[in-house]
Amino acid sequence: MTTNSKQPLLRLEAVSKRFGATQALNSVQFELRTGEVHALMGENGAGKSTLMKILAGNIQRDGGRILLNGQEVEIRSPRDARSLGIAIIHQELNTVPAMTVAENLSLGHEPRTRFGMLDRRRALADARSKLARIGAHIDPRRSLGSLSVGMQQMVEIARAVSEDARVLVLDEPTAALSRGEAQQLYEIIRQMRSAGVGLIYISHRMEEVWQLADRVTVFRDGTFVGTGEMDRITPQDVVRMMVGRSVADLYNHSARTPGKIVLDVAGLAGGAIGPVNFNVRAGEVVSMAGLIGSGRTEVGRLVFGADRRSAGTVRIAGRESRPSDPFEAIADGIAMVPENRKEQGLFLDHSVENNIAISSLDHFTTAGVVRRGEAQKAALEQMKRLRLRLNALELPVKALSGGNQQKAALARWLLRDSEVLILDEPTRGVDIGAKREIYELIDELARAGKAILVISSDLPEAIGISDRILVMREGRIVHELPSAGASEEEVMLHATGASSKPENEGARQ
Amino acid sequence: MNPEKTSDTALRSDMLEKEPFDFAKWWDRVGILVVLLALVALMAIIAPNFARVDNFLNIARAISVNAILAAGLTLVILTAGIDLSVGSIVAVSGVVSVLAAMAGIPAPVAVIAGMAAGALCGVVNGALTAYLALAPFIVTLGTMTFLRGLAYTMTAGQPIVASDLNFKALGNGYLAGVPVPVIVMLVVYVAVWFLLERTRYGRHVYAVGGNAEAAQLAGVRVKRVVTSVYVIAGACAGLAGVIFAARVISAQPTAGTGYELDAIAAVVLGGTSLAGGRGRIVGTLIGSVILGVLSTGLILMNVPFFTQLLIKGIVIIVAVAIDSLKQRQFIFSRIFKR
Repeated sequence: MTTNSKQPLLRLEAVSKRFGATQALNSVQFELRTGEVHALMGENGAGKSTLMKILAGNIQRDGGRILLNGQEVEIRSPRDARSLGIAIIHQELNTVPAMTVAENLSLGHEPRTRFGMLDRRRALADARSKLARIGAHIDPRRSLGSLSVGMQQMVEIARAVSEDARVLVLDEPTAALSRGEAQQLYEIIRQMRSAGVGLIYISHRMEEVWQLADRVTVFRDGTFVGTGEMDRITPQDVVRMMVGRSVADLYNHSARTPGKIVLDVAGLAGGAIGPVNFNVRAGEVVSMAGLIGSGRTEVGRLVFGADRRSAGTVRIAGRESRPSDPFEAIADGIAMVPENRKEQGLFLDHSVENNIAISSLDHFTTAGVVRRGEAQKAALEQMKRLRLRLNALELPVKALSGGNQQKAALARWLLRDSEVLILDEPTRGVDIGAKREIYELIDELARAGKAILVISSDLPEAIGISDRILVMREGRIVHELPSAGASEEEVMLHATGASSKPENEGARQ
Repeated sequence: MNPEKTSDTALRSDMLEKEPFDFAKWWDRVGILVVLLALVALMAIIAPNFARVDNFLNIARAISVNAILAAGLTLVILTAGIDLSVGSIVAVSGVVSVLAAMAGIPAPVAVIAGMAAGALCGVVNGALTAYLALAPFIVTLGTMTFLRGLAYTMTAGQPIVASDLNFKALGNGYLAGVPVPVIVMLVVYVAVWFLLERTRYGRHVYAVGGNAEAAQLAGVRVKRVVTSVYVIAGACAGLAGVIFAARVISAQPTAGTGYELDAIAAVVLGGTSLAGGRGRIVGTLIGSVILGVLSTGLILMNVPFFTQLLIKGIVIIVAVAIDSLKQRQFIFSRIFKR
């Protein structure tokens, strides 16, 4: 590995990819050397997964070139990727939990005896040597499902290595790992690096990137921002590269004067979350920022009674709210627009009217019978307010665009007129026009005295539309700051944990 | 000028302008009815004695038990569930009501006892499905077997004939020239139609079937709704069992064997999706009638029983295939629009 730095192992030149109206990758470059850990960073939607899918052969690039060892290559299928020695370790693992580790490792090329029967003994021996190669101490006879996620991941890495992967892409591999497991994974990564494998490491965690990587490349909005050597760059630099886009005055909101505390959360915990303490006042918009997996959605669900609480109290305008399901939370005056509107929010086959009216039917019911005219009129009123096409009333909601679907999801809770609104990613997958309208609506609701908690991965949005920001990391609120004057860098530093590191501390020696 | 009014008329003209004739939508609403009418016309031409009033009444009476089962089952299938035990419930409730009547209990109470037995079976099905989160297919497969065993046990495996059964009019009587089971069937359908189309409960049933997670987050108490549909299906099966017992004036431990499959066929023929959330109770009634017309017509034409099964099987598969193609068409049109 002497001339490695001269001849890159993998090189991407001007690679582009477009999905419909979205330019997911715009002429990006990337270079990976032999025996290098190269971190790839960027906010959600920066184009990291698109790049990964292109390398995996799951999707095809529209333009540009991919060179492996200086040779131009085409990756038309996952099979091509494998034969070129490119392996991807996805966040969702690609293994069969019901089978043993050894069976998983020999999947597709099981050794056979002379009589065509499965050669279990050899499969077991092979598995042992594959696991030993990456230094993982796992009994290959165990069923894969009985292992922790971390160990399952190691089995998958062992498989990739056994297939002589020269390029290994790891997509947030430590997201589901305990600290100890992560350390073990780092060890394996270092071993593979010294064995000459090139590793692309996608992660949001500054700390581990500085621990592991040799270089870092940052993407933003589908474009290449820059590549830097780890020891010449600080976490603050990377954050600036990640977020430094110009922010239009999309988020202007009226001056608001928050009133009394409406939502008061103390010591709330459940699952891996908490305890968290926070409050939202009447007429106030509070944003909850943090990385994916930091527990923001879970906090919303705990307040809304969708998940079981293990501790803590929630008060709505002074009255304690202990919902055992969302039905009771709604009765207490809480509303939640869930993160994933298609899977959790909407009834795609059902009419827009039904989708809007479903949570307020008790207002339009006499002895169990729905007063249909009134329910319809009420739904129409909300559609008018949100500038939804009125003739969509009877259409199935799946016939609407993403932005209009989100408006229908919001309309349901506008009709309910709850005191507390939890909006989880209210503008995800929504076009800019609908975004602006949703921001105006949030502002209008706040002025009408509602207490609004917005969970958002879109930093400019989280800062721009709110009065205060709560930053979450690893299930807890680690920082709170006023939105006025807050910078994306500052929020990102707390969200990634980079703020707890003095500058340059993590640079490799 | 009334502002309300203008917006309303604007809405109307908007709808008229922007909605050209949509075959898929039209077929969705009346397609199955067209199939029924075509089938009736065909039978009237080729089957001797088919197009007679008394024959139609016979068909109606013959389908009433299956149609009542299918009505209850429609609710279950709308929530994306399934109930295989309804056929066995027919036997158990028949036995319960006959035994009650033989013990000297007045007819209305004996009938209600049979229905209550069915509803109780539904409580077990529903609670196991909703609260233990077991797959309804397996739960009701188990109760189907168990309840059949229960019916045999209660009757010691022999039919119990009760020639002076006090509620036998329920199976054999006429009211204004119409067989009583047909009247009961129509009452059941009107009731279920009202429940599904006009009440909050009905909207909750559709919501649970359309997307259970979204329903929960929208404030629908999903577990209660799921339990309740099995109770309603059980009560309907109970009623069907009582009618069946009244019709044959005895308690038959083998009553209703295989009826669950005919009921499922009627529901699916009627356009209700096994995936839940889509379907109409009127469709189920038409589906039941189609199956009834088909069997009667084939019998009148002297088609052998074995061949009848072949034809019925093909009809069911073709009907489901049409439904599935319709769905795919929708997806295609979405893709091309983009």
